[in-house]
Amino acid sequence: MRKLIRTVLLVDLLRGLWVTLRNQHPKHIYTEQYPAQRPKVAERFRGAPRLNINPDTGETLCIGCNLCALACPENLIVVGTERDPKTNRKVLTTFTYDTSRCMFCGLCEDACPVDALELTQDFELASYTREGQIWDRQMLEEGPRPTQYKS
Amino acid sequence: MAGSTFLDSSELVLNMGPQHPSTHGVLRVILKLDGEKVIGTECVIGYLHRGVEKIGENRTYVQFAPYVDRMDYVAAVSNGLGYCLAVEKLLSVEAPPRAQVTRVILTELNRIASHLLWLGTHALDIGAITPLFYTLREREEVLKIFEKYCGARLTTHAFRIGGLQYELYDGFEEDVAKFCDMFLPKVDEYEELLTDNRIWVERLKGVGILTAEQCKAYGVTGPVLRAAGVAWDLRKAQPYSGYEQYDFDIPIRQNGDTFDRYIVRMEEMRQSVRIIRQALERIEPGPIMAKVPKVIKPPVGEVYVSIEAPKGELGYFIVSDGSTQPYRVRVRPPSFVNLQALDQMCRGALVADVVAIIGTIDIVLGEVDR
Ligand code: SF4
Ligand code: SF4
Repeated sequence: MRKLIRTVLLVDLLRGLWVTLRNQHPKHIYTEQYPAQRPKVAERFRGAPRLNINPDTGETLCIGCNLCALACPENLIVVGTERDPKTNRKVLTTFTYDTSRCMFCGLCEDACPVDALELTQDFELASYTREGQIWDRQMLEEGPRPTQYKS
Repeated sequence: MAGSTFLDSSELVLNMGPQHPSTHGVLRVILKLDGEKVIGTECVIGYLHRGVEKIGENRTYVQFAPYVDRMDYVAAVSNGLGYCLAVEKLLSVEAPPRAQVTRVILTELNRIASHLLWLGTHALDIGAITPLFYTLREREEVLKIFEKYCGARLTTHAFRIGGLQYELYDGFEEDVAKFCDMFLPKVDEYEELLTDNRIWVERLKGVGILTAEQCKAYGVTGPVLRAAGVAWDLRKAQPYSGYEQYDFDIPIRQNGDTFDRYIVRMEEMRQSVRIIRQALERIEPGPIMAKVPKVIKPPVGEVYVSIEAPKGELGYFIVSDGSTQPYRVRVRPPSFVNLQALDQMCRGALVADVVAIIGTIDIVLGEVDR
């Protein structure tokens, strides 16, 4: 009998509707207004790669040890070095990083002994061409420059 | 069908997928229909095959870890845990206690995230659109914790062989505790929306029944098996990562239909919260990485380790030939095995129920095809 009354009075459906109504309150808005508002990603976010430079001298921190290239499962890092004839030390010449194949696993970052290679909080990596996905040393040092949209 | 007209042709073969939105990915199901009734199905899989097992043979043990996240991308943390445990067993090392507790917290959070996505999409398939928004909202909180902890939301690569790479961030405990407090009332809210809803009950009760015997015959595990009345959970049956120290129940139901599987998963989310709360109290200072050689070269041998992933038993079989790369990696994905029971569940059902049945198995095609 009780069940019948509940069925006729649509109790089950109204209870569900009440949940929906409760969630209509503006404080339950969770939508992010991305390009206008850029989300703040976590500090440890693994995004666009960066090759750190010494802020005082402008020299690269990378010592050209090639460990990141060896650690990468996708073999997408190519480190070019040459030997400085005067000091007889390896210096970095080129550094390419193919972001199109990268899975942002962070293994290269962990492998780097001098914290030169770092995955940063930038997450806008889109490009109009495939070649644009391959970052050279200059881009890695200066970082990508995504378009900032104003709302 | 030669010589038959439209009217007397009783059998119709219909392709569902691979681009059907309700097949949860690129699954193709060939349905043999008699009117509205399904008299047979056949699954065509492999559209998402990436050769993960073969990749494993060409990567070092450390390098292969990010790839396993990409099988069941909804529950990447569980995948990573299974792989790390397997290699650790091969190396005969054990993660330190702090790492183990963190692993438990993260995998249980991941179980919740996986079940939430399942609930939202399953309800969406049946026609209830609202729960999807709510479940994704709560899942976002879990993903935020993952992002803060390891820097990625989905394919986390959170664990390393021998322990953890990342130390807990400041405020991890508070974030997780806050999530637990926030989450339990939300589960009740979902239940309020669905459990008594007459449409939901009508669509799910008695649909896609799989008895305990059939489950065992097909090797089906996970919530599907538990909904058929078998209290089999690897966290209890073969505890790993210290699960034997936690106090939790295995939710079971008797009927083995789609509705019971829904109830089992809802209850599992609550049990996960219970485990997380206990684990939070167990976090103690200490090392997070066991002593693992820099170049991982396990001794010759083979190992099979299985864990209870959100979808069922996830097993890794690794053969080592003593080099830095595995000789063979074989994955036993729960989705693939559970999907085999689809034909049994669909026979005699209506076309509209096929959608409900595919949803209730909770498959991820990345894992089925690997
Ligand atoms: S993040 Fe991973 S895939 Fe990308 S370059 Fe580094 S090691 Fe390679
Ligand atoms: S590991 Fe670091 S220092 Fe070595 S080559 Fe790579 S970026 Fe340079």
